[in-house]
Amino acid sequence: MSELVLTARYAMGSKVCSEALVAKDGFSARYDLNRLRGVFSRPAHKLVGQSYVGKILILDTAKGGVASAWMLNEMQSRDMAPLAIVFNSVNPILVQGAALGGITMMAGFDADVTSLIAHGALVEIDPAARTLRVLSGSDKTVDGDTDRLITAGASQKVRFVARK
Amino acid sequence: MHLNEEEQAMLAGEAGEVVRIAMQHQIMVGDFFGARDFVAVTQAHVMADTESLGQAGVMWLERLCDVRDELHRVRIPTITDPRGTDFTRADDLGQQSWMLELERRAIDALVKLGVSMTDTCINYQTVLAATRGEHVAFGDTGVVIYSNSINGARSNFEGGPSALSAGLTGRTPRYGFHLDAQRQASLRIHVDLVPKTLNEWGALGGVIGRLAGNYWEVPVIEGLDIAPTSDELKHFGAAMASFGSVALFHIVGITPEASRLEDVGGHKLAVRHRISRSDIDALTKSYALEKTVDVVVFSAPQLSMYELRSLAELCDGRHFKIPLLAITSPQVKPDADRFCFTERIEAAGGTVMSGMCFYQSYAREISEAKGWKRLATNSAKLVNILGGYGYVPMLTSMEECVNAAVTGELK
Repeated sequence: MSELVLTARYAMGSKVCSEALVAKDGFSARYDLNRLRGVFSRPAHKLVGQSYVGKILILDTAKGGVASAWMLNEMQSRDMAPLAIVFNSVNPILVQGAALGGITMMAGFDADVTSLIAHGALVEIDPAARTLRVLSGSDKTVDGDTDRLITAGASQKVRFVARK
Repeated sequence: MHLNEEEQAMLAGEAGEVVRIAMQHQIMVGDFFGARDFVAVTQAHVMADTESLGQAGVMWLERLCDVRDELHRVRIPTITDPRGTDFTRADDLGQQSWMLELERRAIDALVKLGVSMTDTCINYQTVLAATRGEHVAFGDTGVVIYSNSINGARSNFEGGPSALSAGLTGRTPRYGFHLDAQRQASLRIHVDLVPKTLNEWGALGGVIGRLAGNYWEVPVIEGLDIAPTSDELKHFGAAMASFGSVALFHIVGITPEASRLEDVGGHKLAVRHRISRSDIDALTKSYALEKTVDVVVFSAPQLSMYELRSLAELCDGRHFKIPLLAITSPQVKPDADRFCFTERIEAAGGTVMSGMCFYQSYAREISEAKGWKRLATNSAKLVNILGGYGYVPMLTSMEECVNAAVTGELK
């Protein structure tokens, strides 16, 4: 059995491991979340109603306003924050917020990370190595995406390794 | 990142503990984006309303002030975005005392850090507009996109912690829109209409923002063969930034870096989208969900003096059935009072507030306290934001908003 390892161009924070909430959608702490209840609250968001606390969010891009720079820190102080956020593309606000709040963040892959990882997969992020490792729950996605990844020229950044 | 001698000294704490913390934060962000060094900035604009800060953010600011080395003051002009309340109108909004107390603590801390409490998201219209090529560290996405695009200044989105850090160190990491290469167009769009009203300018910005959908995309727009006003471009940019996280756009023949398409590399791009009236109508109709309205709000961005004048003219001789809130900056409010715009709006039953912005003022709690759910506005930015706060936001013209305040319904 193989596991998927992705390499990111940008990363910060501590090594973490948790369940992934995955959506090809954007993210703003102000626009999308009920931060008191710890759930996605924006009706149009693909993760609406789901709890993000302690999870690894895998999303397309950072959206909207500058408030998230404070809000990640505030959420962290109440233990109501995601464990890590992974983006295809990130704006400075989320990076600044992650830096202040001590939240692991990763961005910049050679393929669409939201289509490579299955919702609910167990994921490990190692910012020092800039790697995102899918530990379980991703077999369908991995198998289904192998050909597309190679044709996209991303094989140098996406590795499949034997699971121990 | 390469640090010069002064920056190394700052990082070593020789300029005080607060500056050391600021440098450390800025280096983390700069390293993430691969910035090679810092660039000096001339102004900083800090977004620090207490709904965003929360208790944790206020305590973070207070800890900075507690450092007793007397070196914790900003070294460049540093101003603030709207606050979470207009203290004189807090009761009208159903805001609770704990919100006001948190605001007072945040203001006290920011003042101790040397920050000027301008409380505005239209500083480019009211305080000190940045000039072409000027490197700044601005918060508020609407301020950044306007300053980058219309003024030709250079800023990334600087959230509160980073903008305050820039104020304290006088610099910011050199990445993103501080770099020439990043300011080249990446998305060529042709527009086949000329918006007529501020809500249409906002809707057009929203459509382009959705198409861009990414901070790093730089739209170049052709087809707008007119000279838009500052207020029109304000709504246009604020919506584009809100819907798409866009920080810079060019309009050929209008914005300073794009006299010609070639100036921003647009000639190398194929037109990827053509936008017609049906596109902005579709965006507007997607928010026309209900007929009944609970509250009308003009905010996001704050209103200029001339928006307030237009509103005052529409309010003359009217009597409102539902609340109408018009929100402006502390710089504009005295003139609105002096020119009797405030009096005319409030004679109809409206309320003019200053120094805050509706969505930065505990909008969810206001909705619950006041029973306001169905909200009409002419701000595309506001409708984009308020969906996440449990509102049913509806986008229409200033005129139709005023009519809705009179009848309680949208046509």
